[in-house]
Parts: sequence; structure tokens; C-alpha cells
Amino acid sequence: MKNIYFDNNATTKVAPEVVDAMTPFFKDYWGNPSSMHTFGGQVKEHVDTARGQVASLIGADPSEIIFTSCGTESDNMAIRGLAETVDTPPHIVTSKVEHPAVLAMAQHLTRKKGTLVELKVDSQGHLNLDELRDSITDDTTIVSLMWANNETGVIFPIDEIAEIVKAAGCIFHTDAVQAVGKIPIDVSKTPVDMLSLSGHKIHAPKGVGALYVRKGTKLNPLLWGGHQERGKRAGTENVPYIVGIGKACELAAAHIDEYDTKVRAMRDRLEAGILETCPDAVINGDCENRLSNTFSVGFKHVEGEAILLMLDDLGIAASSGSACTSGSLEPSHVLRALGVPFTYIHGSTRFSLSRYTTDADIDYALEKIPGVIERLREISPFSGEDAPTSPLSCKNCSSKSCR
Amino acid sequence: MWDYTDKVKEHFRNPHNVGAVENPDGTGEVGSLACGDVLKLTFKLGADGKIAEAKFKTFGCASAIASSSALTDIIQDMTLEEAENVSNKDIAEFLGGLPEQKMHCSVMGREALQAAIDNYRTGESTPKKLSGRVVCKCFGVTEPEIIEVIKENNLSTVEEVTNYCKAGGECGNCKPDIARIIESVRGEAASDAPAVAEKPKQKLTNLQRIKLIEETIEREIRPALRQDGGDIELVDVDGTNVTVAFRGACSKCHASNFTLQNVVEPKLKEFVSEDITVSVYAE
Repeated sequence: MKNIYFDNNATTKVAPEVVDAMTPFFKDYWGNPSSMHTFGGQVKEHVDTARGQVASLIGADPSEIIFTSCGTESDNMAIRGLAETVDTPPHIVTSKVEHPAVLAMAQHLTRKKGTLVELKVDSQGHLNLDELRDSITDDTTIVSLMWANNETGVIFPIDEIAEIVKAAGCIFHTDAVQAVGKIPIDVSKTPVDMLSLSGHKIHAPKGVGALYVRKGTKLNPLLWGGHQERGKRAGTENVPYIVGIGKACELAAAHIDEYDTKVRAMRDRLEAGILETCPDAVINGDCENRLSNTFSVGFKHVEGEAILLMLDDLGIAASSGSACTSGSLEPSHVLRALGVPFTYIHGSTRFSLSRYTTDADIDYALEKIPGVIERLREISPFSGEDAPTSPLSCKNCSSKSCR
Repeated sequence: MWDYTDKVKEHFRNPHNVGAVENPDGTGEVGSLACGDVLKLTFKLGADGKIAEAKFKTFGCASAIASSSALTDIIQDMTLEEAENVSNKDIAEFLGGLPEQKMHCSVMGREALQAAIDNYRTGESTPKKLSGRVVCKCFGVTEPEIIEVIKENNLSTVEEVTNYCKAGGECGNCKPDIARIIESVRGEAASDAPAVAEKPKQKLTNLQRIKLIEETIEREIRPALRQDGGDIELVDVDGTNVTVAFRGACSKCHASNFTLQNVVEPKLKEFVSEDITVSVYAE
């Protein structure tokens, strides 16, 4: 069966070079980098090399990189670790479209005391920067805003945002899990204090991430114990995976230009082809300031899970913001924050490419996708001659998405 | 990945009876676009009074489409009286089962059938049985609808009710209301069966009482709390005064006082003795 993989914002293929780089650290060099003996101690230099590779991708100093287990840990550590350094109740400014790793942590920290500001976005998925400026007070503990959105690909103007937050004298964290490796990032020029990244979004395996912490930023650990990661993250280093994320960062730096050329061209062709062949389809969010590998398309009057399963039968992997695929009954919080109308939100499907996507993948998808949408619309009561005459709103419903 | 049976997959990939019957005798339309699924069922009766043709159109996920397809197969050649007795369980069973979170798809099928039959009989487009006080404002679910799924499927937790009819699945504000409805439906069911309700309450020794309290917590209370990520611990028993501590999600839950008054205490009164009082351990 075919495997046409358009779900790279969920996870990515591990690069063969990354596997090769990691393998010796399972087979031969399995020592503990903290050991005094040569067998263990010699591994430490490979951890240091990896730290340098990660730092180099984002313009940081190696000493500013803390290895973690995933993007979620990095996000949690940045927000919680900082909130714990102050005695006052936390005042956290974030947005409604953040990843749950940020939102849930911020909600948790402010549940009993403190304040949480979740900034709104407009229909393009953008913040109102005046609102951001106004929301920062003298008490603000941290501002956490993502670099690029996982569902729509919309890129926040992080340079501008960082300037605003720093001018207000506040700490700024950015969840850059989706941006790293796809757009150039240089923390020596952009004044972010902390930045989260994840290995498995950039062709390293799952189970490793990193947090950039600018020198001089006070931060409590999330994991307490040994002296690893200069006391910031206890626990024996996950050496093979750290080597893996290091290699992946090196590769990402070497291939980053492809995202602006080859990947963008394929994404644009797939997106334009779908819009051309499938009537009543719209793109969710800003099409300009957007990751070059991502698009989220809302198909009117069809449901996302049904789309995904039909695509799956054809060997095409994508993802959806529909309620039925979210594991809950609510559609994506990101698309709702954009105010995507309910006629489109349930049929919203995300396609995310990588540098391993090929032109043949795009050809195949364009050949198959229109048939899937057409078939589901044949089954849908909102198509054909017998479509309901009045728009069907809930009989008793006062749902947010209804209004 | 959803865990669908082969039968569900088959009815999703190749649904039977897609479309609309021409000049239907009954039409039932339930669900809403906002909520993510809509099912429109049409049927025509034959000269023998049996359903000669039934067709559907569905906007929804794979299990919604499969449930609709199954429904039209099930009611084929049934009299309306027979069709009226088709339950959501029949639809789920026909498909070899549905994931718990997807049971509402089978309920939607049964509701569409009810609506179509009512439409045939009364000409009304809204099924009478299901209108009433709106409990879940997010998904527009009424009290009669909730009562029906509780009775039909013998549900005992709020989470189950959410799985079966979506009520409580968005903002969650109506969850205490749903819990009350469950209690009252199950209370009714208990009084319908006097043999169970009237079990003689003998005078208990202290040890017997403590044991019975422990058993009741284990069997009747803890499972419900665990479903919401919470837990309960028996701290002390002093005569008929029981002290408990909420653990896990319950310890931080604003509704724990509600749980105490409406779940813990009534259960202990029911299964141990009427004079039980419960308080929360202050740590």
C-alpha cells in the first residue's frame, strides 16, 4: 500500500543519517557521560557536539541549550520553571491558539491564584499587537507565544512581539516547535528569552527536545535531582537521542533553504490543485505569513474524520481539526479561535509536507482527493437537490460556533 | 486511530441506501451542522404497511455514516410498530459494536427513525418525544433525550451520557445537571423494582458498618470518580459519621462538594444506613 505522508506537523520520518549517527550509542558507546572512567566519560563530548549543533541552528550559545524529553517538556519547563522563581501569583500572557503544552500548563498554574490572559486572534490567525502591549502589566511573569501555528502554519511576527515584550521588561518564551528547521531562526538577533523545540518534528526520533534559555534568565528545573544539564534538568542524559537531535539540527540547517523553494512549490501546487478541483473549499488562516510546508483547508459540508479515513484507504495520511478526530466532541480550539464557520470547521483538513515529500506524492494526491470530497458530498444531506432549504442551525443550540 | 469493526468500515466505505426516497411517507432530520453531524432519513411504506424503501443522507464521521447505513438495512420490511422498537443498541450491535465515544452516532440513528415515524403520523418535523427542557446548551440536548439514552442503555455515569448523546461534551457546565438526571432515573428504576429497594436493613455492628461502607465506596462510588480522573479515600468512621478525602482530580474539583452531597452521601445512605452523614477530611 502507498504511504503518502502529509502529516509532518504531527511527526516526521527519522532521517537515515540520524539513525546512523545514533546507532553507535546503543551498541558500543552506552556509557554514562557523568562517569569518571573513560568508557562513560568519552560519551560526554558527543553530547557537547549535539548541544553545539542545536545551538548553531538557532544562533544560540551551546551553554544556553537544555536537552529535554520533548517539546511539551520544554514548554512546561519554561513556563512553570519561571513562574516558580517569583513569589507573587503568576500573571501569564499567551494566546488562544497555542499548543496545549503551553495552554494547559498556563491554565494549571493560574487556576488557584494568578491571572491568565489568552489573547484572541483574528480570522487570519493573527494577534492584535496593541492588545498584547496592553495586556502586559508590571506583574506579568511571562509572555508565551508560539512562533508558528501547528494547525494553520500561521507565523506570528516574533521579532516585533519580542521587542514589545522586552520593552515592557518582561520575559518572553516562544514555542518554536513547528518553526524550527522550516524558517531561519536567530536568537542572537531576536530577543526571545526562551525557545522550545522538538526533535521528532525535524526528522529526529520522538522522545527528545530542547529548551533554549538565554544566559542570565532565572529558571527553576522541572525535574530535580542530579547535576545534569548544569542542574537545570536532572536525569541521566538520553545520549543516543541527544546525538540524534544534534544530527537532525545539522541536517535541518543544511536543508532549510529547500523549505522556501522545493517544499513551498509542492505545497502551493497541492493547495491550488485542491482549491481548483474541489468546490466550496477555503484555506484557514493567513496564506502569506505561513509555514511553507503547511495548509489547512476547510471542505464545506463534509466531516473531517470521514475525509481522513477515505484518504487513509488510499494511502494518504493527513490530519483534521474536526471534533471526531480530536478525541473530544469539540472541533479544534485553533480553528474556533479563528472563527472558522461551522459549515467548514468540521471538514477542515491539514496537509503538512516535508523535505522528503516528492512531486509524485502531489500528483497522486491531486488525482485522488477530489473524488473523496465528491463522494462524501454525495452522502451529505447538504448537497444535491434535496438539500435543506434553510441553513440548518441547532434547534436548541447556543453553541459558540453556532453564533 | 479509531477502532472500528470491519462491519463499520464496510458500511462506511460502501454505505447502503444513500439518497432520498421520492415522495417519502416520513422524513426525519436530526443533528446540526454546528455539532458536526446531521442525518436525514426518508422512508416509503408499501401496500402492506411495511417499510418498502428507506434512504439516508448523512453529514458526519465514519461511524455516523455507517450507523445510518445500518439503520436503513435494519428497518427494511419492518412495520412501523416494529421499527419503533429499534433501539440505538440494535444499530450498534448490527455493526458489531461502536467505540464508546461514538455511541452517539447510533443514538442519532434511532432519533432520526423516531423523527421520521412521528413525521409520518403527525406531519410534525420535530419529534415530540424529544422536545423539552434543554440541559446541554452547547449541543442542544434536552432532558427527555438524556433520560431516553440513560434508560435504553442503562447508563450510570456522566461520561457515558456524553458518549451516547454528546450532552456535557463541550463546556461541561451541565454535568451536575446530568448527574442529577442519572440519579433520578436510576432512583425511579430502583423503586420500580421493590425487591431490590426494600431489602431489610438490619442493625449493624460497628465492624459490619465499616465493612459495608468500604464495600459501597469501592463498588458504587469509586468507579464513577475514577472515570473523571478522581478518587476517594475513606479516612475515618465514627459511629454513623463517615469522613472521606477526595483524591486526584476530585481534590481540586470545584464540584467535589456536589459529588459529596449528591453521590457519596446518597450512596452510603442507600447501601449502608439512612442515618449516615459524610464530611470531607480537612488536611
